[in-house]
Amino acid sequence: MRTVDPAAGGKPVSRSAKFVSWQEAFGAAKQREAPFESVSCEPVQALVTHEDVADLDVENDIGLPGQFPFTRGPYASMYRTRLWTMRQFAGFGSAKDTNERYKFLLERGQDGLSVAFDLPTLMGYDADHAHSLGEVGRCGVAISSLKDMETLFNGIPLGEVTTSMTINSPAAIIWAMYLVTAQKQGWKLDQLGGTTQNDILKEYIAQKEYIFPPEPSMRLVVDTMEFAAKEVPRWHPVSISGYHIREAGSTAVQELAFTLADGFAYVEACLERGMDIDSFAPRLSHFFNSHVDFFEEIAKFRAARRIYARRMRDKYGAKKERSMTLRFHTQTAGCSLTAQQPYNNVVRTTWEALAGVLGGTQSLHTNSMDETYALPTEKAVKLALRTQQLIAYESGVANTIDPLAGSWFVEDLTNKMERGAEEIFAQIDEMGGVVAAIEKSWFQREIARSSYQFQREVESGRQVIVGVNHHVEDGAEDEKIELLEISLETEKQQIADLHKVKAERSQAKVEQALDRIRADAKGGVNLMPAFMQASDAYATLGEMTDVLREEFGTYRETPTF
Amino acid sequence: MDEPIRVLVAKPGLDGHDRGAKVVAAALRDAGMEVIYGGLHQTPDAIVQMAVQEDVDVVGLSVLSGAHMTLFPKVKELLDAAGAESVLLTGGGIISGDDMSKLEAVGVGQLFGPGARLADLVEYIEAEVARRRTTSRSA
Repeated sequence: MRTVDPAAGGKPVSRSAKFVSWQEAFGAAKQREAPFESVSCEPVQALVTHEDVADLDVENDIGLPGQFPFTRGPYASMYRTRLWTMRQFAGFGSAKDTNERYKFLLERGQDGLSVAFDLPTLMGYDADHAHSLGEVGRCGVAISSLKDMETLFNGIPLGEVTTSMTINSPAAIIWAMYLVTAQKQGWKLDQLGGTTQNDILKEYIAQKEYIFPPEPSMRLVVDTMEFAAKEVPRWHPVSISGYHIREAGSTAVQELAFTLADGFAYVEACLERGMDIDSFAPRLSHFFNSHVDFFEEIAKFRAARRIYARRMRDKYGAKKERSMTLRFHTQTAGCSLTAQQPYNNVVRTTWEALAGVLGGTQSLHTNSMDETYALPTEKAVKLALRTQQLIAYESGVANTIDPLAGSWFVEDLTNKMERGAEEIFAQIDEMGGVVAAIEKSWFQREIARSSYQFQREVESGRQVIVGVNHHVEDGAEDEKIELLEISLETEKQQIADLHKVKAERSQAKVEQALDRIRADAKGGVNLMPAFMQASDAYATLGEMTDVLREEFGTYRETPTF
Repeated sequence: MDEPIRVLVAKPGLDGHDRGAKVVAAALRDAGMEVIYGGLHQTPDAIVQMAVQEDVDVVGLSVLSGAHMTLFPKVKELLDAAGAESVLLTGGGIISGDDMSKLEAVGVGQLFGPGARLADLVEYIEAEVARRRTTSRSA
């Protein structure tokens, strides 16, 4: 007896007599008091069988690792050849402080660097700017000039390590400082590998570290992509990011769709400049969040690869396989961590990291348990790094490739993610594309809505957060943990050092270099050479950014909630 | 029936993480308050100007960058200088218990850290504004 079961995700599914029998037994059983929803407030099916995925095309929808559509992974051999890069995001205080932390992490088995900059640096201000007051070195490392960049990587051979830099609006300038630092160490540009986040679209949407309006910002991104393609071929000039979109409160499918849409917008911008897709697409990279709902995240990563491959080949005409493979870095969800009972965070981070690995990530950052309070201590970040190593060497999951393929539940969820993303792409297209949707504040309102819905579900107890609305302990029982403190001395010292750099450099060379930036900005010339010249002359980040502020204008968002 | 409570929610300094500020703004609006969302990257001066112009009862600041010991006292100082001492200055973010006490000592109201309940925030603002309105009437 076959019946059609419309309860399975809204599409009719053919059900056997045995299934109907199961359904009766299930219906008669007492249910736990719980909504059975993911953290994205999506209802989760109690049972998924082969019947739910009866129309799955194993060869074309799932396929094999390293083969189109890359659902099972971008490479044929994945972790059997090389584990994901263990790359802890780090930075605080002065360049010297952070340099020590990098050496600490490299000595304990980290195999890639990742730079966290302070807010003044992220916003293109020097340490002595009025807006920098109280903010220097607090959220990341302070970099005001090439001198700081040199100190940051003192004793670290840049041709032998890859570095990811979480920098957006001033990314091209900071990258220029990095490249010049590497050259001064004796390396050639084509020996350097790394990533600049440089994903300006998601700044307007979520992270809000914008400086200039969208159009000139996109021009800067395309400049870096063009320069990378020609001069720094091992570099990933953009890390198309969903992490921040998710942290701002989006759902998993919103994170997936908004991120991929942003990436496609960069692809279109490069194509408009006349670049050949296969010349830049192989160096695009992505960056996703790994949040608490274990299976939702794994399905999201697999759907991302499949959607991306299909679009790059079929819509944008990519010919090289490397242009179609989505490769990504993962960070475990900061917003899932709690200030209450902070040791629980070690456990959350562990399964979030595991989801990233089972999703086939190329690179991973695991949060530290104290990050709801401050930047991590050495002790906390070491445990976070060990978490990755334990998964890598002891859990066994890295011994086989994409082990969850073929799981009816996971494949069904992967399909649902893809369908949900396509619906969102259609909405964005209707609005005229990503930039148009940003100007309408559409993404921002969608995210605000999702985050408010989630918060209401936490308040009502529907979404359980252990330690916060369930198994709550009064403050006295919560263990006091040691925290990293950034002293106000850091700011004073950074300002003093900056003034010393300015006093010792050739002011004439600086003026000349800043004039070149202005001319190239006006003339539509690729700005990277001008930024490198200015960096070499020890022009400061603020001085260079100010020229761009004058030429490009500054952006002010329309506040909406 | 008292006049609705008017609240300015804003983010001072460079920190752009606005999820909390927006959720709070929505919750206060749903609780019947009139909410002005001042947005990001505001200077203390701009915030106080907005507060005075909009004649608010409450200013709520969100600071996650660690710069709260500079920003909260500055806003309090400027509110007082503008004759708006009775405006409740509250807020939240990543602020340690010790720092909350230090800020309370200079006239900042109760602050709400991670895991705080929106209902508690609403209750606090309603009670505190009522108290201040009663005090100013009897003054």
